Amino acid sequence: MNALEIEGVWKYFGDFPALRDVGFRVSAGSVVALLGRNGAGKTTLLRILAGLSKPSRGSVRVLGEETRKESTRRRIGVLGHGISLYDELSAAENLELFGRLYNLPDPRRRSDEMLERTGLDRVRDGLVREFSRGMRQRLAVARAFLHDPQLLLLDEPFTALDDRAIAVLQSMLAEMRAKGATIVMSTHQLREALELATHVALLKKGEIAFAGERSQEMVDDTGWLYRTYGDETRSGGTLGGEN
Amino acid sequence: MLLRQALTIAAKDLRSELRTKEALNASLAFSIVILVLFSFAFDPGSETIMEFSGGLLWLVYSFAGALVLNRSFAREKDNDCLDALIASPAPPGALFLGKALANCALLLAVELVSLAAFALFYDVRIGAHQFWLILMVTALATWAMTVIGTMFSALTVNLRLRELMLPILVYPFMIPALMAAMLLTTDLMAGMSIWGNDSIWVRVLVAFDFVFTALAVVFIDVVLVG
Amino acid sequence: MRDKLLYLLAAVAAVLLTWNIYKIFMVLPAEANVAAYKIVYFHVPAAITAFCGFFVALGASALFLATGNLKYDAFAAGVTEVALAFATVNLVTGSIWGRFAWGIWWTWDARLTSMLTCWLMYAGYMMLRRAIEEPTQRARLSAVLSIFGCVNVAFVYKSIEWYRTQHPSPVLSIRNGGGMGPGMEAPIYWNWLALACLATVLIMIRMRQEQVSREIDSLRREAHAF
Repeated sequence: MNALEIEGVWKYFGDFPALRDVGFRVSAGSVVALLGRNGAGKTTLLRILAGLSKPSRGSVRVLGEETRKESTRRRIGVLGHGISLYDELSAAENLELFGRLYNLPDPRRRSDEMLERTGLDRVRDGLVREFSRGMRQRLAVARAFLHDPQLLLLDEPFTALDDRAIAVLQSMLAEMRAKGATIVMSTHQLREALELATHVALLKKGEIAFAGERSQEMVDDTGWLYRTYGDETRSGGTLGGEN
Repeated sequence: MLLRQALTIAAKDLRSELRTKEALNASLAFSIVILVLFSFAFDPGSETIMEFSGGLLWLVYSFAGALVLNRSFAREKDNDCLDALIASPAPPGALFLGKALANCALLLAVELVSLAAFALFYDVRIGAHQFWLILMVTALATWAMTVIGTMFSALTVNLRLRELMLPILVYPFMIPALMAAMLLTTDLMAGMSIWGNDSIWVRVLVAFDFVFTALAVVFIDVVLVG
Repeated sequence: MRDKLLYLLAAVAAVLLTWNIYKIFMVLPAEANVAAYKIVYFHVPAAITAFCGFFVALGASALFLATGNLKYDAFAAGVTEVALAFATVNLVTGSIWGRFAWGIWWTWDARLTSMLTCWLMYAGYMMLRRAIEEPTQRARLSAVLSIFGCVNVAFVYKSIEWYRTQHPSPVLSIRNGGGMGPGMEAPIYWNWLALACLATVLIMIRMRQEQVSREIDSLRREAHAF
């Protein structure tokens, strides 16, 4: 069974199609780098996969089921732009809350485990609003991976993470991969993404310009993909800001 | 299951609010201020105050309540928590009910303090029997206010002018429930029975609560999931 | 084709209105039991049109939520806005009538108060629409508000009616006075037909506006996105 099956997905904002006939399959255990310029539709697509949004047309099946089904949401982990943590609650309280929402058998124990894993066990009772940026990022990672998701959706995860947080994220991603989880990550940090990725999908103006296996050529010359399938004006290098 | 998730969310909201007490303090302060202002509008010592008592109290409750209800879904926007809640297995209905329960508890707390302040400022005696009935009416109408307020808080959560839109939308909708609450409360404060002619207003409150809670639970999914 | 229909309806409305106005002012007796009663021939049909509009908007909103087709949203918005306009007509004519019949500009007559409350609710709907930029989100959220609003119309109408039976106030009515002779009620319905044609014309124009506005929005998004 494929981890992700996207078929004929269109997403309209009014009469404007942000996504046009998007379709591809992701087999279990893959790591997909979702690439594209700002405004190409990466976040829109990820939100649909996460169940935060419904496609106007087409179907999305995650692990064989509809995205909004409770059992499906139980198996999806999302790491977005915001940290999705409550400032007035402590680190432990935040994780236990999500543990309960995800129906974990022992939220407290699992929360303690994750706090240790991300190096936050000493500040478990500290309020999140007192945390440094790096600590908040690490806690956000802990929250996303708390329930051992089988599908991970990451929206530009490496942006604005400090070194320690990146290290934690990379080790957790490796752990998830070893367990056979599927990862879909949209990113501007081409180099890091391409090294991790097994597959690549390039969105251009809401359409899939390329979807396939990652090749060595892509890793060696990060601009190659854009030149071949995207804008001819692009000369390569990392994407960042308004290119 | 839905109830358990709802209680988890309610507990989280209450814990959050009790830790900062921002909305709670603002709401309490506002209600005291309104009661003081009313004393300049009417003669506090006169007998006619009893004719207005229900209306006065519910004006205080609804204005002070708006401060609490505004925060309801707005607090989820900081740090993008709303997305995490919607993506979680918790059904949107549980999200709504949990928040509504927490809001109702906070509103009832503010209202009880306001009632005590009202009794103090305007020298009103409330008998023991009346107190429980007043509590019942207050609870029913507060739930009505909570359901509408929480639902519209969800409706306006992504809007720029959220703080302005919520009162504009909520107050006209509340008119049937507020009317019933005002009438019943005035009756009870004056020591009259609500089970005679005015029993229809109890039924209005119950029907309002029932219908709009059902509508809210059904439509919250459409509102939250884009 | 659509334009031809529009002109045809406009012509029908104009003819009906002219004929009605002639009949009302020239043919019917100048005085009945109630002063300035002729205004009722606009006051009542406007109310009927407004309430029909709110009800139709409920249907259109439900259809939009079921199908996702933005045409239904354009229809709902158009119908609501036109209904709101006719509600305004009802309120203003009611106020004028009250001035002539009772000497005061506003009597808290049950029907006028209900219409005022509904006006406030749907004015909120228009404000909500204005506050949301993205067309699909706007359609979705205003559809939910429209459904809540229409359900509440029933509560509002009945509650205020019951309130007025307990606390009577001047009532605007021609039936009470017994001043309606044979053939005097018919113009109400003929004028309703005229107003309904007018309403349809306005709704069709409004729908076209919504469609164009969506096209512009879509072009703007395309220009800004890439």
